[in-house]
Amino acid sequence: MPFQIKENSNQYDVCIVGSGAGGGMAAYVLTQAGLKVVVLEAGPWYDPAKNVTQLKWPWESLRRGAGTTFRPFGDFDAAYGGWEMEGEPYTRVPGTQFDWFRSRMLGGRTNHWGRISLRFGPKDFKGKSRDGLGEDWPIGYDDVAPYYDKVDDLIGVFGSKEGIPNEPDGKFLPPPKPRLHELIIKEAASKQNIPVIPSRLSILTKKINEDRGACFYCAQCNRGCTVYGDFSSSSCLIKPATKTNNLDVIVNAMVREVLTDESGKATGVSYLAKDDLQEYQIKAKVVVLAASACESARLLLNSKSKTHPNGLANSSNVVGKYLHDSTGAAIGGVLPKLFGRTRYNEDGVGGMHVYTPWWLDNKKLNFPRGYHIEYWGGMGMPGYGFGFGIQGLNGRFPDRNGTQKSGGGYGAALKDDYRYYWGANVGMAGRGEAIALESNYCEIDPNGTVDKFGIPVLRFNYKWSDHEVQQAKHMQETFQEMMHNMGAVITWGIAGPENNYGLEAPGRIIHEVGTTRMGNDPKRSVVNKFNQAHDCKNLFVVDGGPFVSQADKNPTWTILALSWRASDYIIEQFKQQNL
Amino acid sequence: MKRRDSLKAIALTAISSGVLLQSCDANRKETAATPVKTSGIDRHPSELVRDQKLLAEKFFDDHEMNTIKVLIDIIIPKDETSGSATDAGVHDFIEFIVKDMPRHQLPMRGGLKWLDVQCLKRHNKTFIDSSSEQQLALVDEIAYPDKAKPEMKQGVTFFNLLRDLTATGFFTSQMGLKDLGYAGNTPNRWNGVPQDVLDQYGLYYDERTLKESVQWDTSE
Repeated sequence: MPFQIKENSNQYDVCIVGSGAGGGMAAYVLTQAGLKVVVLEAGPWYDPAKNVTQLKWPWESLRRGAGTTFRPFGDFDAAYGGWEMEGEPYTRVPGTQFDWFRSRMLGGRTNHWGRISLRFGPKDFKGKSRDGLGEDWPIGYDDVAPYYDKVDDLIGVFGSKEGIPNEPDGKFLPPPKPRLHELIIKEAASKQNIPVIPSRLSILTKKINEDRGACFYCAQCNRGCTVYGDFSSSSCLIKPATKTNNLDVIVNAMVREVLTDESGKATGVSYLAKDDLQEYQIKAKVVVLAASACESARLLLNSKSKTHPNGLANSSNVVGKYLHDSTGAAIGGVLPKLFGRTRYNEDGVGGMHVYTPWWLDNKKLNFPRGYHIEYWGGMGMPGYGFGFGIQGLNGRFPDRNGTQKSGGGYGAALKDDYRYYWGANVGMAGRGEAIALESNYCEIDPNGTVDKFGIPVLRFNYKWSDHEVQQAKHMQETFQEMMHNMGAVITWGIAGPENNYGLEAPGRIIHEVGTTRMGNDPKRSVVNKFNQAHDCKNLFVVDGGPFVSQADKNPTWTILALSWRASDYIIEQFKQQNL
Repeated sequence: MKRRDSLKAIALTAISSGVLLQSCDANRKETAATPVKTSGIDRHPSELVRDQKLLAEKFFDDHEMNTIKVLIDIIIPKDETSGSATDAGVHDFIEFIVKDMPRHQLPMRGGLKWLDVQCLKRHNKTFIDSSSEQQLALVDEIAYPDKAKPEMKQGVTFFNLLRDLTATGFFTSQMGLKDLGYAGNTPNRWNGVPQDVLDQYGLYYDERTLKESVQWDTSE
């Protein structure tokens, strides 16, 4: 067959690249308004009600739930993807580190994410005004708050009204009661004046409409929910959008570049269909990128033309820069008082029932910005890794009969030790705000590397600064004290300056944002305050790319709110015939 | 996210032990296992291809597998609550997991060989041909890392790995999960920690928590 590019004859109002939080929300809002929309997704169709791993038992996985390259978070995890994908490499500048997690499937990374749904607070939009670092957003909390409210109503989130100034309350469903270890954590934290409040997760503790069921407490949100009791873009946004008959979804479509005309306006995109390996073009009046912060930056940089010689929307030379991920460090151990505990179903929702919002004043600290703390522990379903390293436990604590054995062993006594120590584990992790730096960036690999589709790949250059290292040090000290206060014994995670106090490599927390940042100055930003490219008025970016700063929150709720806001703007601009 | 950290928590190191003799190699036969239906969980096509490939391969030879079966039943024997490791099919899990995680292959193969060499030196017999007393005497020397002699280090490293894989294989089996008393993975309404457990630890839900948390009409 001769090589030729096939044009899709459909005329769309909007072409959206990516079906995760940002793309899903844009598809939902734009189709509701009657616009004809096509969504291009690089991975396969996915429906948590049909692609089921929920309520399966560990022995139903050949590897008992262990992770693979394909599913790094375990064999039951919903996300098809990972930090390494066959045939889709990326490179790094020597001496720097960034691990890029991609999820190629309908709904993207919303399928496995922890459903932690935090609003940014007023301070989070004005970092530079606070401490002189980074940049302020061109918008503030009051601009986004109405959209957070709409997202709460549409998708559902549980939580509690706390009145914490920079942790704005939402329109919450009731939270679940804390588990046993969470009560112990809360009691210990109060000795350090650390708040522990109900978590804020997009899981339905109450039914909110006829399309979605209520949570039935299996703790498996990361596997995808067969009754749509939690949020994923596939079940909560794309699926209802298809019911409008205004949406076409093309899966297994790897977008190569954004097409532009002589005047520099976007005219559509070209993509490779993975199913027949043919090249296609699709035309649309507006192009919305929601491929993930780095993938959208890659698309822009790969979309060079006479009018946009430096890549599309990149006259500022800012595309790819200011890449930043959340900081992360963790500690874990055991609570000896829980050895030999009574059995009961402790699954609860998929994730923690309590968390700690940032609680300190940076004026008294040697690092800027804050972190929140996530907790875990208890009698979760055993999987691969169960019982590993028992020699470190049963040589350290007396067994059920009060006998102090030498660590390790075998036989009936060992068998009983596994039962005795089960459910006593506890741990915590910090998720903090990194400073967005121009020197942390992704770019098209200058050595000419391409992926298996022939698309030029990204090269990353990322180094933590001392701000993040000092923050991780503070996490270490805080966690160690908290573990001590609750009577826990730390068994892993203690780290010092030699390994940055346990600070995870950039990219490992999968909150990367900032590569197409928004701003009022076209010379210093890529999109305006409505996520619209300064250089190309019918091009929008609605993933994490436009974030000026990441806060210590998880980005999803803000991506959803900003995508809705940008979509309202697109609808308005269509009405005014500006697009 | 907690899974990320628990993965880190279970990271294990395995030191490959020196393989000294070739005496058992003659027993090693490459026979293809019968293709088994993979799991009933959602799989991407590329995962199915890989799983089928792994299932069609055979890693351990019969002698190695017979040795594994003896060892894992020493680690987890039958007791009044549940059966042994082989009763729960742990040997099949170990065969699969070393193919899935090639980093376990050399430590397992080399460790088994190390064990046989120890037995050959002591009794001129392989491990499985040794008497139960002889087997347990050797296991005693490698099962307790803090007490083991330095020259047993390779055996300790091997036994730590085998103990980990045995425990994971057993307690993630249907038999092991029942033994453990895991009570979840079923639709339910989480209504907090049972009162007797709260009392045991001197904990309680404060009034605000009781008032604001999700609750159900008990008559429902």
